[in-house]
Amino acid sequence: MALPGDDNVKKSCTDGKRSASYKETIRTKAELVLQSRKHANELFDVLEYLQSEEENEVIFAINACQKIFCALMERGDLYVGQLPKEKEILEGDRDVVEKYKMFIRHRYNDCIELLQDCMDHEAYQVKESALCVLMKFAVVEGKHSLQEQNWSEHSNFPFELIEAVVQGLLSEKEDMALLISRFQEFLEMDDVRYYVMSSFRNNINKVMSRNQQAVLPVYQSNVFTLLTSINMPSQDSEITNFLLKQEIAKDWKAAKLKHHKRAFEQMWLTFLKYKLPASMYKKVLVILHDSILPYMNNPTLMIDFLTAAYDVGGAISLLALNGLFVLIHEHNLDYPEFYKKLYNLLDPSVFHMKYRARFFHLANIFLSSSHLPAYLVAAFIKRLSRLALTAPPTALLIVLPFICNLIRRHPSCRVLIHRPSATHVPCNDPYVMEEEDPAQCRALESSLWELQTLQSHYHPAVAKAAKAINQPLPEAEDELGKLLELSTFELMERDLKNPRQSVPLEFDPANGLLQSPREVVGMHFSLE
Amino acid sequence: DRIRRAIVAKMGKPPKKKNLADKVRKTKTSAQIKNNPFEVKINRKKFDVLGRKSKHDVGLPGVSRSKAINKRKETLLKEFRLKNKANKLIDRRFGEYDTKMAPEDKILKRFTLERQRTQARKDLYNLNEDEELTHYGQSLAEIEKLTDAVDSESDSEEKGLLSAELTAAHFGGGGLLRKKPSEDDDDGKEGREKPKTRQELIEELILKSKQEKRERQAQKEEAQELTEKLDQEWRSIQRLMAHKASRAEGSEEPLQPKLDDYDVMVRELGFEMKAQPSEKLKTAEELAREERERLQRLEADRQKRMLGDVGETTQAPSHLSADDLNDGFILDKDDRKTLSYQDGKWNVQEGEDEEGVKDSHEDDAEGDDEKDDDEEDEEEEEGVEGLSDLDSEQGSGADDEEEDGGEEDGAEQTPAKDEVVSQEERKVMQEAARAELPYTFKAPESYTDLKAMLQGHTSEQQCLIVERTQKCHHPSLAVGNKTKLQKLFGFLLEYVGELATQSPPELTTINAQIYSLCQLFPDATCKEMQTLLSDNAHSMEETIEVKGRAAFPGLDMLVYLKIVALLFPTSDFRHPVTTPAFLYISQALTKCPVVSLEGTLSGLLLCCLAVEFVSLSRRFIPELINFLLGLLHLAVPSDPCAGYRVVPPFRQQGKARELLLVRDPEASYSWRKKPLPLTLTNILTELQRDHYRLSVLHTCLDLVKRCTALYRELPSYQQIFQPIRTLLAKHLPVEGYPTPLQVLHREILEDLPESPSQHAPLVFEKKKPIPLKLLEPKIVEVLDYGKKRGSTKEEKERERLKHKYKREFKGALREIRKDTRFLAQTKLSDIMSRDAERKRKVKELYGSLATQEGEWKALKRKTQK
Repeated sequence: MALPGDDNVKKSCTDGKRSASYKETIRTKAELVLQSRKHANELFDVLEYLQSEEENEVIFAINACQKIFCALMERGDLYVGQLPKEKEILEGDRDVVEKYKMFIRHRYNDCIELLQDCMDHEAYQVKESALCVLMKFAVVEGKHSLQEQNWSEHSNFPFELIEAVVQGLLSEKEDMALLISRFQEFLEMDDVRYYVMSSFRNNINKVMSRNQQAVLPVYQSNVFTLLTSINMPSQDSEITNFLLKQEIAKDWKAAKLKHHKRAFEQMWLTFLKYKLPASMYKKVLVILHDSILPYMNNPTLMIDFLTAAYDVGGAISLLALNGLFVLIHEHNLDYPEFYKKLYNLLDPSVFHMKYRARFFHLANIFLSSSHLPAYLVAAFIKRLSRLALTAPPTALLIVLPFICNLIRRHPSCRVLIHRPSATHVPCNDPYVMEEEDPAQCRALESSLWELQTLQSHYHPAVAKAAKAINQPLPEAEDELGKLLELSTFELMERDLKNPRQSVPLEFDPANGLLQSPREVVGMHFSLE
Repeated sequence: DRIRRAIVAKMGKPPKKKNLADKVRKTKTSAQIKNNPFEVKINRKKFDVLGRKSKHDVGLPGVSRSKAINKRKETLLKEFRLKNKANKLIDRRFGEYDTKMAPEDKILKRFTLERQRTQARKDLYNLNEDEELTHYGQSLAEIEKLTDAVDSESDSEEKGLLSAELTAAHFGGGGLLRKKPSEDDDDGKEGREKPKTRQELIEELILKSKQEKRERQAQKEEAQELTEKLDQEWRSIQRLMAHKASRAEGSEEPLQPKLDDYDVMVRELGFEMKAQPSEKLKTAEELAREERERLQRLEADRQKRMLGDVGETTQAPSHLSADDLNDGFILDKDDRKTLSYQDGKWNVQEGEDEEGVKDSHEDDAEGDDEKDDDEEDEEEEEGVEGLSDLDSEQGSGADDEEEDGGEEDGAEQTPAKDEVVSQEERKVMQEAARAELPYTFKAPESYTDLKAMLQGHTSEQQCLIVERTQKCHHPSLAVGNKTKLQKLFGFLLEYVGELATQSPPELTTINAQIYSLCQLFPDATCKEMQTLLSDNAHSMEETIEVKGRAAFPGLDMLVYLKIVALLFPTSDFRHPVTTPAFLYISQALTKCPVVSLEGTLSGLLLCCLAVEFVSLSRRFIPELINFLLGLLHLAVPSDPCAGYRVVPPFRQQGKARELLLVRDPEASYSWRKKPLPLTLTNILTELQRDHYRLSVLHTCLDLVKRCTALYRELPSYQQIFQPIRTLLAKHLPVEGYPTPLQVLHREILEDLPESPSQHAPLVFEKKKPIPLKLLEPKIVEVLDYGKKRGSTKEEKERERLKHKYKREFKGALREIRKDTRFLAQTKLSDIMSRDAERKRKVKELYGSLATQEGEWKALKRKTQK
């Protein structure tokens, strides 16, 4: 059987030819291995190629390995059951065939390890073929289980193999987004997805504990990419697509949506348990409400995470709002002083954020209840209009109709724009901007002078929207939906695309670039 | 004779009267009829409406009925009579059915025909006898004899003579008269001796009718004569002018067909510009007043647009060239022939051409000198072609040239103008002209063309080049010029952009040209600027979408924005160019974080632009205040508890923090106020950087001050400036700043009140109260009674046509009824008359029989007796 000395001899022999034609070599060796058990030692050479420097050689070797081991597995040439240590093989009292099978099995394990290494290879082709071969092994292994028959838990699904793949995918060093998107095709299969989700927890716990729970941006982003590429089924009946075409055992967990959900839930909770980088925080919160919460068995488990996020402040709070809303709305979450916190969330940055549309959409929903006290709504209105003094036109086009809608819904807030009793008695603005409690900010005693200010805004659409408060508001609410996603360029295009009748021109003739009659630039800048 | 009679009958004899009523009516004048109360029927009006004139208040039923009957008699009755009759009476008299012929002509023609016929037949052999003229069958000669002496005396002899002569001269056709002129003469003499009053009368009549025609003809002939004469004269002049042309033709291309000079001249004369009355020159005061009024009107327009009065479409101010003198003189066709080069050679083709027209004599004299000049020869050829092209443009151009001659700047036109220039002098001038700029430029077809054209010239020269190109291609000169100039505008913009991107940027004063081009084509300019803005904004939007922020726009874009402010009114409520420009500035101020000193520069430039944009309209730009606050924030030493919040793109704490904090306190002593450069180039020393920081702060504070002045009237004035106030009052390390900054700082703080100003609470605008519902019947004023009022235009039209049809139908029905009635009446009267005739005949027969019987009886009685 295999002796280390033989290996060396063979290797040195092949070394010469290697450069000539590695393809030929690998192919003949593979054929030899498959031809007879005599040539089993050739496997070492093939595996050698897996560690080659040459990209092409590695790929070719990977494919050869696939061919060899698949064929061997089909033949049943791999040892089944608990595998003894390599050294023990010779010691034990076994027959030749058994020893051969053990040898092949050891080589197979070697191969898997090598392939796992290959997944860290810098070339994408290598990674991809390694991944595909591993999955192929998983298929074949599923058919010809290498474990003692054990139907109870995983049926004969090669769980270890999947764990190896997941470990390979979740690299700590480089971004695996491309490979993960390739892997997504396998994740479509329900059993693979289930076992991947199951293997997640171990992996995360292992890695995190190894790193003393520090933030690992690369690893975590890999985890996040893999997590988000999981598409959960929504019904039991949808679970039909399996990697292993086999008789489905009744209590096979991979076929039950409940177990899928549990695995999903566990996976996310484990992921969110550890400290996340801020950008990751935002990403999670963005997708939380529509791709995580619906697939959880018990969404309320997310409360801790969401409240923590809501207390962070700034953009993260705003994003947490969405998840909170789902919980409050669908899962009867009671959140103390929710509106007070919401009120304090309003600061100038609200109008400048990327998630402005989402925030206003939610705020619109939160403030749509007619049971809210007038002081609260008035406080919101007043604060929003005060903040509107710093907002860009696109935000103003959202917030002005928003304010008008609020006044429409709560007629008692109409005093903000119409206080006929105290006409023409000038007074100071009683509103206290710094007050954190909406009940104490005296918004209801104020008037919306800010909107009056905005009536002289430079953009005609804003000025027009602000002028709406000069007249009694019409009954129908303004449609916010269209305005939410309006970008500055779209707003600009309104004027650019507008078929114009006439183009008025400046009548003061220009003498030079910085010599107009109302020159400001020229006062501070010179052409030189 | 018959014809004579017919003429007289036509003139005087009334048509035969049919019945008594008609007779009566005919004999009476219309006034008489109208005054006859029995004739007049007054249509009583129900309401007397003041100021309305009705055509139908008085009717003359008798008149109209007789009219109708007459008409029927002429048409219907004739048809009726001819019914079932195959034969037809044809009036073969000359021109009887020719309606186009004047009755006089008819008469005359018939008369001649008659005469010819009788002459040919009867008087063939009659040598001495004049035919006898008759009237009413009587010999005219006899009648004339009867005329009394008084009558003959009243008619002057001269008249008689004149008439005879004129008939001879102009009636030419009178066969008899022409045949025997001598006799005619004799006749005339005889006529003079014994006045023929009646004949004269008739002749006079014919004469009068012919008078006009004759005069017209005479005039025409005269005109023709004059034209011919002119032609003759012109040809003699032309020979002088076209001297060179003919020479060239003769020497080089004898085969070229000679042009019909006359045709050429006629057409050229046709295109000649008529002298137009010029307006009276205005005094200086008048000019000033007009200018003031114009500005006032424009300002009023601007105000209206600023308030967003969209109801009234204001007209774009009429174009004023940048160098318009405002004297009302518009150079429609600036066709001055200017110096240009073609393939490096002096191209004087057109100028020479006109010179040829003007100074033909000189050309004659110089002819020999010019012969050896190849260029000239070529040009002459072209000149000939130009003539043969009959180009109206050229023709008018030549005239322009002649008219403008006095006003034109001598220096510009020297080569073309100088009349007595010798060959040597000319050469010197050519050299000089080569050295200086050519006067015409081809409009650039592409951007590279323009660049090539402007390359290697100083900025003043570039201006001149563009100006001249513009003048050469004024839209009124040729069809394609408009697009050419529009293109030129685009290229110029591009050029300015490119100049701005160079380092150091050299921005010349080409803007005046851009301005005047813009005034020419507002629409094209608008489109051009819009594309620029949209492209830049789009790219910025894309970067923002990817990165969440963008870099500050380049200097070229800032220059474009500045140009927008120069070309278009930024105070308009909504404007197709300035509104997007506003948005662009806003976008840049909110999305471009300041990370370096260069950034502060671009940002400040944008802020300046923003302030300039709203300096008239005083509109509120939140982004401007935010940005200024952010910039000032950069000058504040880090302090965790600030009393204000900065707005994105600035951060409370961040990388660029303390960017504008002056490092070295000594720098403020050496700082001097001077304008910032448009781009920041290599600031090396820390001292320079500190100086730069102070300059930025100075600009910043100045802008804040301007903003406070602009927004003082806003209700939220205090709220808007509250963060800046807090920053200035509590955080800015103003003690270390130079005095001008401290002064500015103090002034701003004085402007900004600590406590908010007081305002009246908001109330809705007073509305016209909605009237209560009224239970009275609603009375609607109907202005057009009896008119159907459809809702839409089509319906109205349909209704109108329906109504018209109905009326017509009714009218036709009535007419038909009347016709049948008339026919029935005619038939009845026919029968009656026939019966009466028969009765009469029967009676006659009975009578004769009775007499016969009686006679017979009497005879019988006699015999019996």
